[in-house]
Amino acid sequence: MKELALHILDIMENSIRAHASKISLSLIDEARANQLTLVIRDNGKGMDEEILSRVKDPFYTGQNKKVGMGIPLLEQLTSICGGQLTITSQPGKGTCIEATFQRDHIDLPPIGNLPDTLMVLYVSHPELEIEYEHIVNDCRWSFNTKKMSEELDIKEPRDIFPVLQGIKEWIQYHESQIQEGV
Amino acid sequence: MKITSIDDLRKIKEEAQKNTLLREGKADFKIVVCMGTCGIAAGARQVMSSLLDEISKRDLKNVVVTQAGCIGLCDREPLISVEKSGEKVLYGDLSPEKARQIIASHVVNGQIIGEWVVHAER
Repeated sequence: MKELALHILDIMENSIRAHASKISLSLIDEARANQLTLVIRDNGKGMDEEILSRVKDPFYTGQNKKVGMGIPLLEQLTSICGGQLTITSQPGKGTCIEATFQRDHIDLPPIGNLPDTLMVLYVSHPELEIEYEHIVNDCRWSFNTKKMSEELDIKEPRDIFPVLQGIKEWIQYHESQIQEGV
Repeated sequence: MKITSIDDLRKIKEEAQKNTLLREGKADFKIVVCMGTCGIAAGARQVMSSLLDEISKRDLKNVVVTQAGCIGLCDREPLISVEKSGEKVLYGDLSPEKARQIIASHVVNGQIIGEWVVHAER
């Protein structure tokens, strides 16, 4: 995949299919340690030891099909980029996926269109709480879709449409601010 | 206008609400975007994003957009299915531009674009 944002979307789709009601996404960008960390934590149905041991196998899937490539693709990317993928999970509690990358690695794809990834998830699952945070060195910005829905009085997907473009611009604005270290 | 705060977003929302108070329709079109790994790798996010953009630009009130996983036709991704009262049309090999045309032709004008149909159910 050409963007980290697409991997993020793919992994978050797994959380949705595991019936998560809340997903937290953290991007931690540390120039000093030369490391980029991506953490996706959900409160879905979780996995037991047996599934957990097979989940990195591209020929395994928990869904009703023959193969599942989401996690293997992300793991491949982390190992190419001098990092690693760690998955912890507890049945009934949820799953946490942590991917690390060497920040200046030439094969590390750009973060990509994060506003699109977040909005695609938000519109199709407005009831889902997505907690997003992005930390660049000492700066942090975050938002939470549940709070946003309350603030903007959004009750169903069609309420999002008038502000959809606005929310994307708003995310883009904060993303560019944090990159500049504001 | 540059949007920098939640207040800016609230203003846009209120403005939009003033204009649409009189037009309430129930959702009769359902568009399902296949968003499995295969779909995402083939460009399903961009397709969905352009669908959402087109729907909000045209201010369509009768459409819901949702997602599904892999349906096993990975080689025809990105796929979307346009559903209305039991009729299901599955479009394949899409691009953001084609997705916009499906909104204009199928959803707005009721004309199915036969060329891109993978499977249709009535």
